[in-house]
Amino acid sequence: METRPVEAVWLTEDHEFSLAELADISGLSEAELRELVDYGAIKPVNPDSPQWVFQGRCLVTVRAACRLRVSFDLEPQEVALVISLLDRIQDLEAQLASLRAQLPHRVR
Amino acid sequence: MKYKDYYDILGVKRDAGANEIKKAYRKLAHKYHPDVSKDPAGEEKFKEIAEAYDTLKNPEKRAAYDQLGSYQPGQDFQPPPDWSKQFGDTESSFEGIDLEALLAGLAAGRHRAVHGTGQIRMPGQDYEVTAHISLEDAFRGTEVELNLTVPEYDGKGFLRRVPRAFKVRIPKGATDGQRLRLAGRGGKGINGGRDGDLYLNIALHPHPLFRVSGHDLYLDLPLAPWEAVLGANVEVPTLGGPVYLKVPPNTRAGQQLRLSRRGLPKSHDREGDLFAIAQIVVPTAASEHERVLFKQLADASTFNPRGHFQQEVRSGN
Repeated sequence: METRPVEAVWLTEDHEFSLAELADISGLSEAELRELVDYGAIKPVNPDSPQWVFQGRCLVTVRAACRLRVSFDLEPQEVALVISLLDRIQDLEAQLASLRAQLPHRVR
Repeated sequence: MKYKDYYDILGVKRDAGANEIKKAYRKLAHKYHPDVSKDPAGEEKFKEIAEAYDTLKNPEKRAAYDQLGSYQPGQDFQPPPDWSKQFGDTESSFEGIDLEALLAGLAAGRHRAVHGTGQIRMPGQDYEVTAHISLEDAFRGTEVELNLTVPEYDGKGFLRRVPRAFKVRIPKGATDGQRLRLAGRGGKGINGGRDGDLYLNIALHPHPLFRVSGHDLYLDLPLAPWEAVLGANVEVPTLGGPVYLKVPPNTRAGQQLRLSRRGLPKSHDREGDLFAIAQIVVPTAASEHERVLFKQLADASTFNPRGHFQQEVRSGN
């Protein structure tokens, strides 16, 4: 049983990664990540700064991008397109879940 | 060792060409890839498909696989005697090794050469697993025990599937679909490469009372008609224990009463809110006395709940 202490981080807006960290963790190169930014698939918190910083949840997106690229042998532009559509689906699903949560369930 | 029919998994004939194999894989990957598919069994199915394609797309691995012979899926078999001499390592032991690991051994031959010279750094594999927890556990933070079977290189450089158990502390701040990254808790890095990470996908069990939206919670609040009209102080459950909620007079059905910061805690921020949704409910069987009182109310009241029907019909014309 592994019990050594380890840093557990929520991949939300509370935690941020630099471009280099994101590349190191995700397995995509910095150049590939820049391309995903160019195509609008991921957005840095500070697009005008030379030192880009990304929200934690970007890592979830980028890892999916990495898996999709390998599994389907996709070009960066195609990865960006798939990622943008998946993000949109995720947003819509979150909105749907939120609306469902607000619907009364127990009518007696 | 159990046999897997990679051709059958991809739905192609044994003499299929590289293009046909690629096409079959892409079609199945599209259907079952966990990032695209909604099929709950998709992930397992995709692993199978990816494993089959990984072998059949590579001419060296495919030839080695073909030389193993053909058996029924799941049938126990041993590689032919000269197989390991031709494709693997002469000192190979096939004990406790599965087909994927055996074929990965071809790459592992290279891996061991690399491992020996200490040239190339390779990061360890990332593990991803879903932790199903209750809403109460998300509220308080919890510890979960995870059991995974993961591919790992043994001391001799052979890839083997080994069971690994983790105890992971999930800090408070969880909500449905959120990911937790545990750095360095994945597979071991090779030649000084960094260790892989463990990703936990949080899935909340449905709760009988509370519905979750991000870190906000929704609760149906049944009110008697007189409570809704007159207002009332009612006890409502929250994850932190019951609290009193002041229901204002003339509360309508569907109205949301906010209990500030009584939702799920966030990791670095204030808590979400709890929204109680008012519902006007009536007794299933009113007593004779209640019926008399309601009758008196009906006679005395000028309230017309459907007054807008006529107005709307008139304005519609």
